[in-house]
Amino acid sequence: MGCVSCVGFNQEIAGIKDDIVLRLKEPTTIPIEAESICPDLFVKRSYREIYDLPVYYGRRKMRLGELFSIDGEKSDFITIEDDVSNVKKIGSKMTSGKIVVHGDVGRHVGASMAGGEIVIRGNAADKAGINMQGGLLWIKGNAGHQTGSALPGENKGVNHGVIIVEGNAGLELGACMRRGIIAVLGDVGDFAGARMIAGSILVFGHLAKRAGAGMKRGSIISFGSSEPLLPTYRYEAIVQPVFIGILLKYLKELGIVFESDMTGKSYERYSGDINALGKGEIFIHVKS
Amino acid sequence: MHINEVEIEDTFAEAFGMKVATVIITAINEKWAKTAAQLATGFGTSIIACGCEAGVVSTLSPDQTPDGRPGVLALFFTTSRKEMEKQLLNRLGQCVMTSPTSACYNGMEGGKPVTIGGKLRYFGDGFQSSKLINNRRFWRIPMMDGEFVIEEKFNVCSAVGGGNFFILAENQKVCLAAAEKAVKVMKKLPGIIMPFPGGIVRSGSKIGSKYKGQHVSVNTSYCPSIQRQVGADLPAGVNSVLEIVIDGVDEEAVRQSMCEGIRAACLPGILKITAGNYGGKLGQYHFHLHKILSA
Repeated sequence: MGCVSCVGFNQEIAGIKDDIVLRLKEPTTIPIEAESICPDLFVKRSYREIYDLPVYYGRRKMRLGELFSIDGEKSDFITIEDDVSNVKKIGSKMTSGKIVVHGDVGRHVGASMAGGEIVIRGNAADKAGINMQGGLLWIKGNAGHQTGSALPGENKGVNHGVIIVEGNAGLELGACMRRGIIAVLGDVGDFAGARMIAGSILVFGHLAKRAGAGMKRGSIISFGSSEPLLPTYRYEAIVQPVFIGILLKYLKELGIVFESDMTGKSYERYSGDINALGKGEIFIHVKS
Repeated sequence: MHINEVEIEDTFAEAFGMKVATVIITAINEKWAKTAAQLATGFGTSIIACGCEAGVVSTLSPDQTPDGRPGVLALFFTTSRKEMEKQLLNRLGQCVMTSPTSACYNGMEGGKPVTIGGKLRYFGDGFQSSKLINNRRFWRIPMMDGEFVIEEKFNVCSAVGGGNFFILAENQKVCLAAAEKAVKVMKKLPGIIMPFPGGIVRSGSKIGSKYKGQHVSVNTSYCPSIQRQVGADLPAGVNSVLEIVIDGVDEEAVRQSMCEGIRAACLPGILKITAGNYGGKLGQYHFHLHKILSA
């Protein structure tokens, strides 16, 4: 019996931690493929079992404990203390739990994740949240190319889930996206929402060239500046879409702080891409 | 029992199990949200002929609504889920969708859903689209002033309908003043509506009639103008009676509102407070006046 803080104190004395802390034993430039850093695999495993999980160091198969120091066991909350920009596939296919990375992270973070939450306190390399099926991927820094896009060769990408990038994102953000929400507080590169099937992409910084190329359905919303749209987009009207208010409210509830209240503002609505189905839409915020 | 020298009869209000849907209606400003809500809940006094009993509960600030705009919370009560679907389709389709800048959302968790937005979307003639946000699907239907947003499903939960009490007064003016005061107090409480005009009903009814095909008729026992003719048991000096009917999301909401309402109605000139029942054989909820006022 006791209060919540007493429980925490007792656990600390007993050496029981709420999260499992991973640290790279030695800095390396060799790529590490660590699909096994996943809360689903950690939650019921003892220290020894986590230690034995497989990772690829270059093309060599090794054990996780040989490359990382592991502090904790049997938890679905993983904390990675170092810069792991050469570690790929962290949180890949995870369905629940939480991963926090206190630094930069390598390619394919949160690839095909279906649930849970990943927070990257640094930058994420290319293909973060690729083929995401659910959950929340929050990148505090910048994201690389093809964030929230489809797997190579696939024509359907993100299906459910939320990706938030507080910095800038690279090329082909949300390409082939099918459902879900991607919000970028900074600028995005060319071809954002290319071949998009549905879903919502919100860009608060600069929307670069060729946004929504080949888009069938879905919405790209630009709150900042934007390059001229493709000629396959037709201007429709100046509108005040209610659903943008729902999206902004939801993002606010997740914890995004907006500089100003964007609810009820006016947007130019463009429909396209008429090269595809043409039922997609791009909203450009009208500055008053 | 007496409150402020007003006699409280030792009887009970008999209420029934109903179904409830909570609907949030928003618009560009409170005026238009209220306009849409008042229309959607209009002609919703009694399930006898209106199909549902409905009313506006409260106004909502932008931070209480899903789209960040001013809104109104309304409750709709019906006898079944099937009837609820019919009523919401008609009322939200004809009264909210038609109202400028409006949008409409489910306002309740739990229960079983009925598909409303998922059916009204066909008004979009193929140009409707949907957004799945936080596991809730919203349909966007293009309109001449922009777009109408409505949630795909609205939850329907079990509720209580028909809580009531009667105010017996020495004259019409006093009776109405007491009823108005009770309604004013009760309107501040959550989870209830008083579906009749201004929350007050003068046409209390009983089951049956001398006429064939007329299923309900005026509750003659509470009509002072014919009290001798029908042999009514009204106390001496009663010249006017009004009833307040309450539908609530649960038993406790009805009980609390009856308690507050009765206390507020005990003004000088009120001779008695009583309640309507059918001998306890029809309704599953019995609200004993002495019990709820003693609690």
